[in-house]
Amino acid sequence: MTQPAQSTSNPLLQLWRNQESRGVIIQIVTMVVVFALLAAIARNVVINLEAVGKEFSFGFLLWPAAYDIGFSPFLEYTNRSTHLRAAVVGLLNTLLIAFWGCILATMVGFVLGIMRLSSNWLVSKLSYAFVEFMRNVPILIHILAIYAIVVTLLPPVKKALNVGADAFFLSNRGFYVPSPVFEDGATLVGIVLLLSIALVYFFKRWARRQQDDTGKIYPVLWVSLGILVALPGITFIATGMPLSWDVPVLKGFNFKGGMAIKPEFLALWLALSLYTACFIAEIVRAGILAVSHGQTEAAFALGLRPNRALQLIIIPQALRVIVPPLCSQYLNLTKNSSLAIAIGYMDITATLGGISLMQTGKEMETMLIVMGVYLVISLLISSFMNWFNHRIKLTER
Amino acid sequence: MRQKTTAVLSAAALVLGMVGTAQAGTLEDVRDRGVLRCVVSTGIAGFAQPDANGVWGGFDVDFCRATAAAVLGDASKIEAVTSTGKTRFTKLNAGEGDVLWRNTTITFSRDVSVKLRFHGVNYYDGQGFMVKKDLGVGSASELDGASVCIQTGTTTELNLADYFSSNNMNYEPVPIETNDEARQNYEAGRCDVYTTDASGLASTRSALPNPDDHMVLPEIISKEPLGPATRHGDDQWSDIVTWVLNATITAEELGVTMANVDEMKGSNNPEVRRLLGVDGSQGSELGLSDDWAYQIIKQLGNYGEIFERNIGVNTPLGIARGLNALWTDGGLIYSPPFR
Amino acid sequence: MSETSTTPRYAPGTHPDLPPPRRTTGALGWVRMNLLSSPLNVALTLLSIWLLWTILPPSIHWLFTGAIWTAVDRKECWALMDTPRDGACWAFIRGSFELFVYGWYPEPERWRVNLTFILFVAAIVGALRENIPGKKYWLIFAAAYPFIAAWLLLGGFGLEPVGTNKLGGILLTLVVAVTGISFSLPLGIALALGRRSNLPALRAVCVIFIEFIRGVPLITLLFVASTMLTYFLPPGSTFDLLMRVLIMVTLFASAYIAEVVRGGLQGLSSGQYEAADALGLSYWKAHRLVILPQALKISIPGIVNTFIGSYKDSTLVLIIGMMDILGLGRARLNDPDWLGLAPELYIFIALFFFISCFAMSRYSLNLEKKLQTDYKS
Repeated sequence: MTQPAQSTSNPLLQLWRNQESRGVIIQIVTMVVVFALLAAIARNVVINLEAVGKEFSFGFLLWPAAYDIGFSPFLEYTNRSTHLRAAVVGLLNTLLIAFWGCILATMVGFVLGIMRLSSNWLVSKLSYAFVEFMRNVPILIHILAIYAIVVTLLPPVKKALNVGADAFFLSNRGFYVPSPVFEDGATLVGIVLLLSIALVYFFKRWARRQQDDTGKIYPVLWVSLGILVALPGITFIATGMPLSWDVPVLKGFNFKGGMAIKPEFLALWLALSLYTACFIAEIVRAGILAVSHGQTEAAFALGLRPNRALQLIIIPQALRVIVPPLCSQYLNLTKNSSLAIAIGYMDITATLGGISLMQTGKEMETMLIVMGVYLVISLLISSFMNWFNHRIKLTER
Repeated sequence: MRQKTTAVLSAAALVLGMVGTAQAGTLEDVRDRGVLRCVVSTGIAGFAQPDANGVWGGFDVDFCRATAAAVLGDASKIEAVTSTGKTRFTKLNAGEGDVLWRNTTITFSRDVSVKLRFHGVNYYDGQGFMVKKDLGVGSASELDGASVCIQTGTTTELNLADYFSSNNMNYEPVPIETNDEARQNYEAGRCDVYTTDASGLASTRSALPNPDDHMVLPEIISKEPLGPATRHGDDQWSDIVTWVLNATITAEELGVTMANVDEMKGSNNPEVRRLLGVDGSQGSELGLSDDWAYQIIKQLGNYGEIFERNIGVNTPLGIARGLNALWTDGGLIYSPPFR
Repeated sequence: MSETSTTPRYAPGTHPDLPPPRRTTGALGWVRMNLLSSPLNVALTLLSIWLLWTILPPSIHWLFTGAIWTAVDRKECWALMDTPRDGACWAFIRGSFELFVYGWYPEPERWRVNLTFILFVAAIVGALRENIPGKKYWLIFAAAYPFIAAWLLLGGFGLEPVGTNKLGGILLTLVVAVTGISFSLPLGIALALGRRSNLPALRAVCVIFIEFIRGVPLITLLFVASTMLTYFLPPGSTFDLLMRVLIMVTLFASAYIAEVVRGGLQGLSSGQYEAADALGLSYWKAHRLVILPQALKISIPGIVNTFIGSYKDSTLVLIIGMMDILGLGRARLNDPDWLGLAPELYIFIALFFFISCFAMSRYSLNLEKKLQTDYKS
């Protein structure tokens, strides 16, 4: 009751003038409006669906999908599988393209960003021209154009380029590589590999603590590489090389055996990565420029060599500026991967939100699932990046 | 400030004007609007495509125009509501279009589950395969292991899946959104086979640099009766669409053409007289003017003329009548009598 | 070192500046400094030159010198070249140019489109130029512009009405993008304020809305607009498709604008809030007079970037069958006379977007620089 009773005797007006009660009123009104809106929509949906004689149910997910998916690297899928399985195949394909897209985009983005800062005029300008062209043209056009280029410029399968060793072939049906076939004993090698990864992890933590305590720097990279190569390598030889390669061979219409990177995947991957890389390049450039020059000079004054200065002083500080916007670029890339539908890469929008929707007529249910899936992916990526951001944040002591 | 208020008011009025109400009587809606809205494809060569001035033309669009000629007396009073394979039914069901003329296969699930009403067949099609001749393939049964380009969002991909699995063959599906991209992929060798409706194959083949290097395999693996559709629940409108299609077919059966329709008005054949509205009152029973069929034929011609003008042998598509010849010429095109 | 004796002696600090070393001045010096300063740089320079050499001449030949500008169909185009597809066939684009720009807008009414565009430029310039006389009126004009544009384009009140389905091509692209941005700005500001409000329920609603919109791809929202939105409305009522798409694009852009504005609000020092409170200003007065003018000013570059984003995103409407510049272009690819001219079409559209977006992003960069110096002084 901050306000003494004034000339107004109206209790409602008094309630409104009180800051706390006004807050409560505004919130109640907001909630009422929001819920009324949601209730009205729900009611309309029920009435409208009834009017066209459709029912709202997710039962269709267990119906046979009846269509084929050409690209399902992880799951067995035939046209007798269910719509649910088709959706999962699509989801895995979405995750696959998002994962590899983020990696390539980051690499290319860093290279372009550093090229942009290069003292070489030509290199800097080339990077500039490339970045500006890519990011000022809609991603959809990039996807369509790169796909057209991949399909028309690469040779047809009968004239596939033998890239190496009669085992790697490049054609417009995809890039064929040998796939590994594991034999007895391969499990042991796998276990040793996992063990050496764990070893490297602990060695890194130990080295870090040593560095914090004593200032002594251990060659973490080389030791880690040594562990990772040597231990599994020795086991591999000791168990009698339990690995053979399934080499692709041209048989009939197509290559048989091996693995293939499909042109749809390739085009989408390149388009998404290059487009996103151009935004990342700008972020990287801004991040590096944000580290004041005094930091570099201070590092040199302390006697650090240039690469050490970069590794210990510049990059950690630049990363703090780079990571938050990088996170939203990863999110954008994942969301843009839904444009796969334009070139027939079977992601979740194309399977569940495309063909399944079309064949079953369940717009409401399929779109709800598709949007839910993207929401979950987005939340996962942002929470991971938040965690990462938190880790590299400047800890003030 | 006054200027702004006026602007706000006028904008509000505009917005309100755009929120219409779908009524049960499609015919009255169309008459009030003065224009017929047809759901058509976003572009299929010969069936529906805009020209350089944006005027829509093609086989399906001409049937849309025929409907407009019957209802409004003017074939030019149409609006093309473009839709992809995926959005066509929702657009129709949402009332954005009055009738769907968009080479749509009549199937059980579309008729029953998607709640559409179909009105006969304006084009008998079937799914076929096209291959390059130098592959040395003579039959679809030799296609085991091939890469196949398909247009998504159609019945084509379901037929294909059925065909290959029932013959115990494998294939790599290459789904494509539009016909033009499918052609690009097939031409570049991304796929060995292009499969779509036989009419589409013919038009695609004609557009290739050397049509003679390619052949359409003899197998037709599906029945694809293409026809117009309307929403459930408006029987009068359904009747109109049904009999617009039948009028073009009957006109061809009776030899009434765009050129001779005026003199045919004086014909002694009672069916011709009923068709053209000289005798009887079939038009007003449909809720149209009595010369509705005369207007269709005068402005667009009979079924055969529409066919030949858009997709016939003398067009770049070069499709022969085949199944789409009149039943008297060995085809399947047949109209119930005007009686 | 033999000349030491002849060197005149100077008192410390009085030595005149020596000319810069010859190797660092002039064109040669520039080349040496910028292209050949180290072995690595030499290699990079050579690599870049090789790259340019392999890409540029064939592209120039295909795009310009070997291209055909007038023809009636693709066959004639190819007949005019040494080998078919040796150059671009721009005749295809030229023939449909008007269609690509105006869509199906009726020919005698096209002056309205042009006028709308001129007013658009005027509104933008008026709203963004700092030192323009009558700034207040320009701002009012800019705020009223979307309504004026809607009236001009769609007609009514003395103008011939034109249906929304007549909009197409570049016109539709612009309509989608401009509507998206102008209506999402107020909505986005409201959402940003809501997100920073200390009323938990209000904040929760805003956060959920913003994060939901930012978490899903635009094309799923467009699918919702094209297939589901009619189910949300009261039975029997229908809604123009363009309207539904515009609503979705506006909601989409508003979530992004909200985040940009929130950044601007957070960028203000808390002293500004405290000062406003100390003056005894109410919440609304404080925001209208103190907080928002400053926060929006810092947010302008972000807002322009969001605009560029939604401008580019407007191409996605083709996936639900609308005829923007890309959708219309692809429909034209089905013309039997012009089959297979996809490269020409995509290059034309890419150039169109590049030129407009590049100009806008340069402008936003300028603005950013100007605003930054404003703040540091």
